[in-house]
Amino acid sequence: MILAENKAEHFEGWNRPELIAESGDGELLEVAMGPHHPSTHGVFRMDVALDGERVVRLRPVFGYLHRNHEKIAEGQSYLASMPYTDRLDYICPLTNNWAYALVVEKLTGQAVPERAEYLRVILGELTRYQNHASSIGFLIQEMGASGTPLMYAFREREKILDLFEELTGARMMVNYMRFGGCRVDASPEWLDRTRKVVAGLGGFADEFERLLATNEILMARTQGVGVLRADLAVNAGVTGPMLRASGVNYDIRKVDGYGIYNRFNFRVPLGDHGDVYDRFMIRLLEMRESIKILQQALNDIPGGPVISPTAKNRGIRPKAGEAYGRIEAPKGELGFYLISDGGPNPYRYRIRPPSLINLTVLEDMCLGSDVADVVLIFGSVDIVLGEVDR
Amino acid sequence: MKTVEEIKSAIEAAIPSAGVEIVSNPSPSGQHSLRLQPESALAVAKFLRDDEELKLDFLSNATGVDWPDTLEAVYHLYSVEKKHGPVIIRMMTVNRTDQVELPSLTPIWRSAEFQEREIFDLYGIIFTGHPDLRRLLMWKEFKDHPMRRDYREPDDFEYEPTAHDEVLKRAEAQKSREQGTGIRDQEASEA
Repeated sequence: MILAENKAEHFEGWNRPELIAESGDGELLEVAMGPHHPSTHGVFRMDVALDGERVVRLRPVFGYLHRNHEKIAEGQSYLASMPYTDRLDYICPLTNNWAYALVVEKLTGQAVPERAEYLRVILGELTRYQNHASSIGFLIQEMGASGTPLMYAFREREKILDLFEELTGARMMVNYMRFGGCRVDASPEWLDRTRKVVAGLGGFADEFERLLATNEILMARTQGVGVLRADLAVNAGVTGPMLRASGVNYDIRKVDGYGIYNRFNFRVPLGDHGDVYDRFMIRLLEMRESIKILQQALNDIPGGPVISPTAKNRGIRPKAGEAYGRIEAPKGELGFYLISDGGPNPYRYRIRPPSLINLTVLEDMCLGSDVADVVLIFGSVDIVLGEVDR
Repeated sequence: MKTVEEIKSAIEAAIPSAGVEIVSNPSPSGQHSLRLQPESALAVAKFLRDDEELKLDFLSNATGVDWPDTLEAVYHLYSVEKKHGPVIIRMMTVNRTDQVELPSLTPIWRSAEFQEREIFDLYGIIFTGHPDLRRLLMWKEFKDHPMRRDYREPDDFEYEPTAHDEVLKRAEAQKSREQGTGIRDQEASEA
């Protein structure tokens, strides 16, 4: 902790007076939360200036996990970056694979066979379900309910990770998608097992909701806390469940209809208040919508090849040009931007990380609230540092 | 959704001095973009955000590109209200050594706040008008811009001089390189 006299120097470069709340007696206490704070989901630091218990300023500090993934990817072939995308948001490796494959397919003009599209949707929605379940678990854990809800979520996540392991050979570092399809086909037994697991997911969502949604402590801690206005959310590029909790109807699965999402029947849940409770509730509702998509996809999945016979993965040299593509990853809009100069390596490889950009509004949400709520508000953003720092 | 040609003529109708050029993209993605002049970029960006037909209220992605003799900032815009996009705008610096200023679009889209800080950090483009332009990912004392294509990482960030002559020499070279102020010093010391 640093005494208040040092604050001017520490907050140097700060010239956004419209954001600085009025402080009481001017005695500020500066607290560095992180990078080894248990609630920061990894190595993230918030420099918080406190007036009593009230937050007057908050500055996120990044880079503790920076390894310049983009630079590394520009030095190797297109395919060689595929396993590296698993390490971005390591809770949801399959959606990272999907986003990258989608953009390279755009850049090279490759088509994806039906069965692979269905498999991608199935895996993407399983990923979304387990991400939302564990992110709710983490949120409740940070509220002080240590253990129980998180363990319930992880019990469910385990079943899904077992499915991933059986299909791809790895629980988290899956390296599964390829340009123009997927790496291996799913066996009929795997599909049966997945149907069985999906049949149980609804019961878990019910259990989770009964356990948490009307819990008095949870409601008292989260309702009206960390409110994010819809106009600010759009302007600050917030995406994913956070944006929809603020009441903005924007789901890239509906807007872009990438892959085959326009074939499925599902709703986009929206929040009213944009507080922590809404973000928690939107994730719970999205879990249910994921189950709906999963049931439809598992019902309709056709036979056929899982990677197109003309697909080219190794040694591709896309025509000079560029492509930007994005998907609705569990944490928000995950985009890739690639520029090719006709060579075997991308000239520019850029990741649009939802976790980093959703943190733009962290300070706005935290100003004026208690320091204990900062942990909650931060938890409700749902970030993974592998993606924030890249 | 309007084509880039229609957007270009709409911009020129609203801001006659805009000087927008179309950058065509031969790749199968077919995403053509608009090159803005840095002098009028802020006005054009404001027009793109507020125009009734375009309403590009959502800046999805902002990034830098290092070309052989210039640096470029690229922005991907979407509309949440009209649900269309992307419209791609880009700006170029004069060179990549001493005239690397571009106007910041953070006053128009808050979303650019961290992303422009990242471009500044990794590419060294200076965004004038950015409210809080500091390094984002690298530490404060770090010199140089790692995403530039001519960046060479030091042999060892955490060097420890030992009794070996060769290591000592490398450590000295590293130290003098760190005392320089930017990429040109490093190039000179290598040459």
